[in-house]
Amino acid sequence: MATFTTLAEAVAELVHDGDQVALEGFTHLIPHAAGHEIIRQGRTDLTLVRMTPDIVYDQLIGVGCAAKLVFSWGGNPGVGSLHRMREAVEEGWPLPLSIEEHSHAGMAARYQAGASGLPFGVLRGYAGTGLAEVTDTIAFVDCPFTGERLAAVPALNPDVGIICAQQADRQGNVMLWGITGVQKETVLASSRAIVLVEETVDHFEPRVNGQVLPSWVIDAVAVVPGGPHPSYADGYSERDNAFYAAWDPISRDREQFAAWIDRHVRGTADHAGYLQSIGREPARV
Amino acid sequence: MSDATSDGSAATDYSSDEMMTVAAARELVNGTVCFVGIGLPSTAANLARTTHAPDVVLIYESGCIGAKPDRLPPSIGDGVLSRTADAVVGVPEIFTYWLQGGRIDVGFLGAAQLDRFGNINTTVVGDYHAPKVRLPGAGGAPEIAASCREIIITLRHSRRAMVDSLDFLTSVGHGTGSGHRARLGMPGRGPTVVITDLGILRPDPDTAELTLFGVHPGVEVDQVREATGWPLRVATGAGVGEPPTAAELDALRSFEAA
Repeated sequence: MATFTTLAEAVAELVHDGDQVALEGFTHLIPHAAGHEIIRQGRTDLTLVRMTPDIVYDQLIGVGCAAKLVFSWGGNPGVGSLHRMREAVEEGWPLPLSIEEHSHAGMAARYQAGASGLPFGVLRGYAGTGLAEVTDTIAFVDCPFTGERLAAVPALNPDVGIICAQQADRQGNVMLWGITGVQKETVLASSRAIVLVEETVDHFEPRVNGQVLPSWVIDAVAVVPGGPHPSYADGYSERDNAFYAAWDPISRDREQFAAWIDRHVRGTADHAGYLQSIGREPARV
Repeated sequence: MSDATSDGSAATDYSSDEMMTVAAARELVNGTVCFVGIGLPSTAANLARTTHAPDVVLIYESGCIGAKPDRLPPSIGDGVLSRTADAVVGVPEIFTYWLQGGRIDVGFLGAAQLDRFGNINTTVVGDYHAPKVRLPGAGGAPEIAASCREIIITLRHSRRAMVDSLDFLTSVGHGTGSGHRARLGMPGRGPTVVITDLGILRPDPDTAELTLFGVHPGVEVDQVREATGWPLRVATGAGVGEPPTAAELDALRSFEAA
């Protein structure tokens, strides 16, 4: 059963140096607050997994938490590059970052295999691409029934999966809706799972693409209003597009980046402090 | 602003980017099911939807099916997409049941580098293991390029983008030429048209090599050759395209301003 804890307690107990950690979210419901807490607690040598690493992975990489990145698209959506990620890959700063690179379809198949307890996933993909040459977790198999040549990718089973949902009920079941990405697969594929929610409610209501993850597949639930910021929680907040644009100049410069992290992440006690520090209230729609 | 006065009339005051977006939108036939990449493709697809193709079905890799945004979404997972969609599904499902399942007519993609066979690089400039520029990577593009019935590509035309040889092959267009896709077991026909800010290229029916099919108004063929990193062939009868109409420009500008 899930335990209600603070985010700091959940990260302290469940995220260890050297772990493979997936903080998933597909534009919507990205667990930024958990990334900040990992930075505050100074985790190192992490293998970070994410289909779409964006600002929070730029921050984790830029402070040196990560040794490796497993991903399929790394950028600041609608803005441009992740400059901390680029500098780690291009210059090895602050630490060399090894990468294991896939396509979205391949990463989704890896999570599905992980959640399904299978050793690998299969897809019609990667044929003829450079990814098949540079990524050793891409192979090809022949269908035993038709003979068709298909791509095979190993299951992803992170040590820790971290996602955001909109709500938890009193028992620690959680509900998310709207764009739900690979969050369900991430929780079910991971050895340990942390879910951040906007609030607790007595009863869930039906929602578009609503998914309930039962309490007994989750280790810790933390109530963190505005936890996805600058991402958003449908029904609770809007995406802070201005912040994504503002991140570009901050992340281009090592000193500006370090000063920003020191002031707004390491210099704050928790996510409420972070939101206050950058001048954002937990937005309500 | 446009100095055109009525809906069907040709405008004269527009940018080359606007010409590219309008020309790309015109390629999208009403009623088709289109998997949309973010950026230029999303702008063009939505321009099509708000002008000549109201029944086009726009699918985003975030799992939004039949999205009808009233403003330009800055990312593929913007709330305006999920709130206006006919259905929202998870990311594994969009790539399996919908894309790999063969439900998509057109994949609409951008590119950082494109070669003469319509192969796409969005991964690195320079060597993969010691990149000069690390680009965002593949995203959904490799399987979109493989599985949609056809691919429309739009990008700005320059020697840096239209290259003789890709630094990295992220998504297969026509591979090494005619017949290569079939040998790789790819269900779709691959790129059928490339729209740039200078003109329109289509694969040669015999060789699959991208060939200049037409230039936008005010663009010379030599100018396109100069901006292309391979010896560009020009199709017989290549002509000059139509400028944006006032209606197209108004729709594009009001959508971008919303």
